[in-house]
Amino acid sequence: MPVTYKKIASVTVGAGGAATIEFTSIPSTYTDLVLKMSARSSNTNINTKINFNGVTTGYSRRNLQGSGSAATSANASDAYIGPITGTGNGASIFASTEVYIPNYAGSTNKSYSVDMTQEDNATLSYALLFAGLWSNTAAITSITITTLDSAFNFVQYSTATLYGISKS
Amino acid sequence: MPVTYENIATTTLGSTQTTVTFSSIPGTYTDLVLVISGTVSTNQNYALRFNGDTGSNYSDTNLFGDGSSALSNRRSNQTVAYIGVSGTNPSPTISNIMNYANTTTNKTIISRSGYATGTAAQVESRVALWRSTAAITSIEVSQSSMLSGTTLTLYGIKAA
Repeated sequence: MPVTYKKIASVTVGAGGAATIEFTSIPSTYTDLVLKMSARSSNTNINTKINFNGVTTGYSRRNLQGSGSAATSANASDAYIGPITGTGNGASIFASTEVYIPNYAGSTNKSYSVDMTQEDNATLSYALLFAGLWSNTAAITSITITTLDSAFNFVQYSTATLYGISKS
Repeated sequence: MPVTYENIATTTLGSTQTTVTFSSIPGTYTDLVLVISGTVSTNQNYALRFNGDTGSNYSDTNLFGDGSSALSNRRSNQTVAYIGVSGTNPSPTISNIMNYANTTTNKTIISRSGYATGTAAQVESRVALWRSTAAITSIEVSQSSMLSGTTLTLYGIKAA
């Protein structure tokens, strides 16, 4: 029986931190991709963004956010995929993010869904859902996650794993 | 290494369809995951019907954001369960059908869906209930206009 949910690669940030989390040379042999990330910022909590194949244009998103006291929705032409925790959230608290990218190697525009949570037993807790679109028909061969501020790195023990899902 | 996440069946549409049915679903898994990736010509919900049950035995509640407002709706005593929105741009819908083969509980479905741009674009989380203790052996997916190229895949997840 073929394995239909398979780890492609995993990244664990070391002691020096990292400015990006990146997956390259993604094989085209799967149907969908799932990226699971646990991450924390070297500074205060900060939004993260995704890009495919090194391309920084053509992104749009629509999101739904709950803060524990209010539910809001927003949309923009950018590649935000939600915040990660930082120094304002208390020690050793990491945010969790899952990105599902169906049909990543096909010839249509690429949609993706994001589930993101950060819970710190305080007021900087969020649950977010994103619907994202990369208006580009190229097959996805690389994925890069960065923070919105180049001075904010991913800290040690931040991890990300990329899985491939096959339909047969 | 045991395989715990298995593809049960996949359908890729070669023309516009309004229904796709997964039948003869084995009862050997713990949960099911339905993944729909594609486009539609009319923005309407995907809907599920189990085991051909056409009675008013379905209900669902959703939380969605349209880019400016966050809203919630509830449907009761319906003939299908909605699982998510679809759009004229590519959009994924992912539904988890928990404990589908047991014969002691009603069946719950947790879904997330959304599309970023286009008419009525929104992102949504939805929970649905099928008031039946029967094991699920077939799933009918319906939408008014699923376009060619849309892929529907049913996965089974084992507990071990």
